Amino acid sequence: MDPTAMVPIGMGLAAAGMGGAALGIGMIFSKMIESVARQPESEARLSKYAWIGFALVETIALYALVIAFIIMGHGQT
Amino acid sequence: MSLDMAGTINHFKVIVYQDIHIGTIDLSISNTVVFMLLAIATVVILLKLAFIRAKVIPGYGQLLGEMLYEFIAKQTTLNIHQDGKDYIPLMFTMFTFILGCNLIGLLPGAFTPTSQLAVTGTLAVGMFGFAIWLRFNKHGWGFFRAFSPQGVPKVLLPLMVPIEIISFLARPVTLALRLFANMTAGHMALGVLAVLGLAAPWFLQWLPLGFTVIQIALEIMIAFIQSYIFVILSCVYIDDALAEH
Repeated sequence: MDPTAMVPIGMGLAAAGMGGAALGIGMIFSKMIESVARQPESEARLSKYAWIGFALVETIALYALVIAFIIMGHGQT
Repeated sequence: MSLDMAGTINHFKVIVYQDIHIGTIDLSISNTVVFMLLAIATVVILLKLAFIRAKVIPGYGQLLGEMLYEFIAKQTTLNIHQDGKDYIPLMFTMFTFILGCNLIGLLPGAFTPTSQLAVTGTLAVGMFGFAIWLRFNKHGWGFFRAFSPQGVPKVLLPLMVPIEIISFLARPVTLALRLFANMTAGHMALGVLAVLGLAAPWFLQWLPLGFTVIQIALEIMIAFIQSYIFVILSCVYIDDALAEH
């Protein structure tokens, strides 16, 4: 089991962390749709918070991707 | 054109066009510098053109420019509760600079300056340092009183203060890493899709190459959102620095 053979396994495990971010984004927008369905006048204010929340959650998914790339670069010597 | 995975990283390479060294300071002109200057020039020219014949009742170009300015101005004054309007020039400059740098990478053959951790790191450390300087200016050595939130029983303090300090120091790191990761991941996904599309048999090529169109649309949206998030979070940090405890 030399290190360069384990690199793809490491990358796959790191990228599997994105499942949490997918759940998070789904939760944000499902709550957003439900809230707008209850009170349509609040759509503008809630939209602002929804997009801010989406960007923050997607960042975590991209942190997982960055770790996968670090592992890929580490095995490429 | 290489149809392997190395092609996805190649277009992030920094190419130095002209070496300029003054003493130990490296002022060489690389493609990062060229595209940053192009982005700034585009933003300045577009904003100048929008306001070239300013009327009281605006036409279309002036309306767009005013909408952009008012968007940032409203967010800044809403988020910073003490003299928010002093910080509007700074926030507007940051927003248009980051937006310009993000969007210019979408032209074919161009390079995204904000996909380099050095560029986003400098921006984030600059905003963080500015917030720290503001806090020292206002509170002096009472700077450290912010690390113990109010209403916490004294017993928990030795546990809470290190956590607060660590989350305070993580701010510039997350600010830089968020913008860098978003820009790099977007372009890398585009590269992977393109390689997949070109290496596919002819009857399947429409699928990945069609998806690149959607991916570019997603990138434009992400460029806007990420520059907006950077500015909003900087406003929140400055407000945090100026608030009384």
